[in-house]
Amino acid sequence: MRLVLDSEQRQLRSTVRELLADHAPPTRVREVMDGGDGYDPALWRRVSAELGLAGLVVSESRGGSGAGHVERCVVLEELGRALAPVPYLASAALAVDTVLALEDATLEQRLLAGLASGERIGAVAPAGDDGDWGSATASLTAGWRDGGWVLDGHVSFVVSGDVADTVLAYATAPEGPAWFAVSGDAAGLGRTRLRTLDPTRPMARLEFASTPAHRADGADPAAVLEAVRDRAAVALTAERVGMMSRVLEMTVDYTKSRVQFGRPVGSYQAVKHGCADMYCAYQQAESVLRYAAWAADHAPAELPLAAALAQAHTGPASFRVAADAVQLHGGVGYTWEHDAHLYYKRAKTSELLLGAADQQRERLAERLGV
Amino acid sequence: MDVEDGPVDTFRARVRQWLADNAPEPTVNRSPEEQLAAAKRFQAALYDAGFAGITWPVEFGGQGLTAAEQQVFNDEAADYDLPTDPFMIGMGMCGPTLVDLGTTEQKTRYLRPLLRGERIWCQLFSEPGAGSDVASLQTRAVGDGSDWVVNGQKVWTSGAQQADFGALLARTDPDVPKHQGLTMFIVDMHAPGVSVRPLRDMTGRAPFNEVYFDDVRLPADAVLGEVDGGWAAAVTMLGHERVSIGGSVRRRHDPLAYTNLAELARRTGRADDPVVRGELAELYAAERALTLFNSRLRQEADSGTPPGARGSVAKLGGAELLWRAVRVAGLIAGARTAAWDPADEAGEELAVAINATPASSIAGGTNQIQRGIIGDRVLGLPKEPQVDRDVPFRELRVGTQPRA
Repeated sequence: MRLVLDSEQRQLRSTVRELLADHAPPTRVREVMDGGDGYDPALWRRVSAELGLAGLVVSESRGGSGAGHVERCVVLEELGRALAPVPYLASAALAVDTVLALEDATLEQRLLAGLASGERIGAVAPAGDDGDWGSATASLTAGWRDGGWVLDGHVSFVVSGDVADTVLAYATAPEGPAWFAVSGDAAGLGRTRLRTLDPTRPMARLEFASTPAHRADGADPAAVLEAVRDRAAVALTAERVGMMSRVLEMTVDYTKSRVQFGRPVGSYQAVKHGCADMYCAYQQAESVLRYAAWAADHAPAELPLAAALAQAHTGPASFRVAADAVQLHGGVGYTWEHDAHLYYKRAKTSELLLGAADQQRERLAERLGV
Repeated sequence: MDVEDGPVDTFRARVRQWLADNAPEPTVNRSPEEQLAAAKRFQAALYDAGFAGITWPVEFGGQGLTAAEQQVFNDEAADYDLPTDPFMIGMGMCGPTLVDLGTTEQKTRYLRPLLRGERIWCQLFSEPGAGSDVASLQTRAVGDGSDWVVNGQKVWTSGAQQADFGALLARTDPDVPKHQGLTMFIVDMHAPGVSVRPLRDMTGRAPFNEVYFDDVRLPADAVLGEVDGGWAAAVTMLGHERVSIGGSVRRRHDPLAYTNLAELARRTGRADDPVVRGELAELYAAERALTLFNSRLRQEADSGTPPGARGSVAKLGGAELLWRAVRVAGLIAGARTAAWDPADEAGEELAVAINATPASSIAGGTNQIQRGIIGDRVLGLPKEPQVDRDVPFRELRVGTQPRA
């Protein structure tokens, strides 16, 4: 088990961090947040086409770079640190993982190279009205009509679903659940950007009315759903660790410089100990992340437990750290102008994206055999 | 498994086989003397098998391996209740400090007997007036020719009743500020003038002692590190202590370990309750996150980044984990936590574990002290104003009792 990054992985981290410092500073994040696109196409091109980071878990023969989850997590950490406005989680993680897990040659042929290069943005739609992973089967139905598959119904909480060129949806087919690929410009596809707690992470509701779709053949659809969910938990954990490192940094810098009652507030035990607790949570979350990412690459049999651990542990931990950051900044941390609230909102969304805390704990308990 | 785990896997196989063949049965119903003798026999066997001082230098009896092998050994040992308690202070704290700061002569003289289980060590830092503020200690060592003469009292000394040697921190210069006038000594616990009295803790047991020094003479070569450089030596040792406590082997029969609480929940039918399941899952997650953090520290140490003050994260995490486990244990065992049949050993063990938990957030530096260390030394936050920093020790008010 390897829990520390090697020199190439650290180099990758510096490269991404520098890129984001130049092209996704907080001012830019806010411009995109306030604008209409929901993401920054120029930044996305730099991350994907120029640096080749969207295909890290795709083999070279299929258009990727053949690195792994450890490397992808390094990128996700940096994107989370910067709250970078790119559809990386949706496309380079969720969609790529779904296509890989589906083992459908046609789909791989049509989608993988584009997803890996970033020319195609993908999104995954497993959830219906209650947001539960897999609940789309209750609201989305597939039928065979005029020599092709069509989808009817709706899905929701689709991350980057508003801008995706391809949506991979989990629906009920006549003989049970199945995965379908739908083009973003397909006839009968309606998209509504949802109002979101986190203004830096767009989500959409998608309506289907006799919308043509390609049905994925190959792997067991329910197993794919689980495999993608596990990898999503690891990817979200990586974003969280990046966020935790950034809010801790902000908080430590601020409490070193903010003076009240004649000395820096960071010298008071109540504040200092709060920072120490944030650091402990961050360090343990990073350790869990390194393990889960390592398991995804090198010990797939351990991944279901590692992913459930990562999600159950770091989801609440990152929200607590983000909330502590607001608290330890005092009044200024509560302002719209300060960035603390963006991390607070991202952390809460991140914690709930794969289901509420009780579900995460139960999933871990099940996998532990409690 | 990774290809790069190859040599470590071989080591693991060797440890697993050796433990299966040599781990003794728990010695619950034996006298303390018999238990100590059994512990010494086991430590000697560990040494002979090449599992003592795994990361220590070969020339002084160690194995010269890395923290990765130490981790493997700890992982494998967690399946047993090995009788290694009497050697914890020596192996975890005094030994590593000797490795760091000892003269060649001291290392040659002390390390091998420690590893072979022939000599037991204790740590003599805390005093009634110097707990969190160890540097305010009052035990004096006064030069007399080339010797030193020690007078004073230590407290919370684990294992002093069995110890052959102690690492003593004493004041050698009271005319300078408190951190500057300390020296660390190696003291022979059988020397004239050393007396040990057991101290009962809140579990009712007496694992600690008060140690009194009454004109105890120490030779010049008893100094560990530099004269008046005792604070640096103490910081080195306390760093080893935190890592040692944070990364210590969980006992197979520890009633507060996740595995055993999950088993208890299954046995008592509480494992079907969603609240209990959720709490157990969180306990597992907290335990695993801490284990992974400790493993990461070791891997970083192997690649050249020593844990430094981050050992405090492990120490603090370990204490918080135990408090969480106390809550989960009460949830699962319910009223049986409060009263049990005299014949029920599990009830007794759980009670002792619950009563011992406050020690985890006090001993070896309280949680508050650990958070201060993380804030000051890891995060670089400004220190609190220190009213005693530039004041000669002689002029300070110390502890809760009048100065001697």
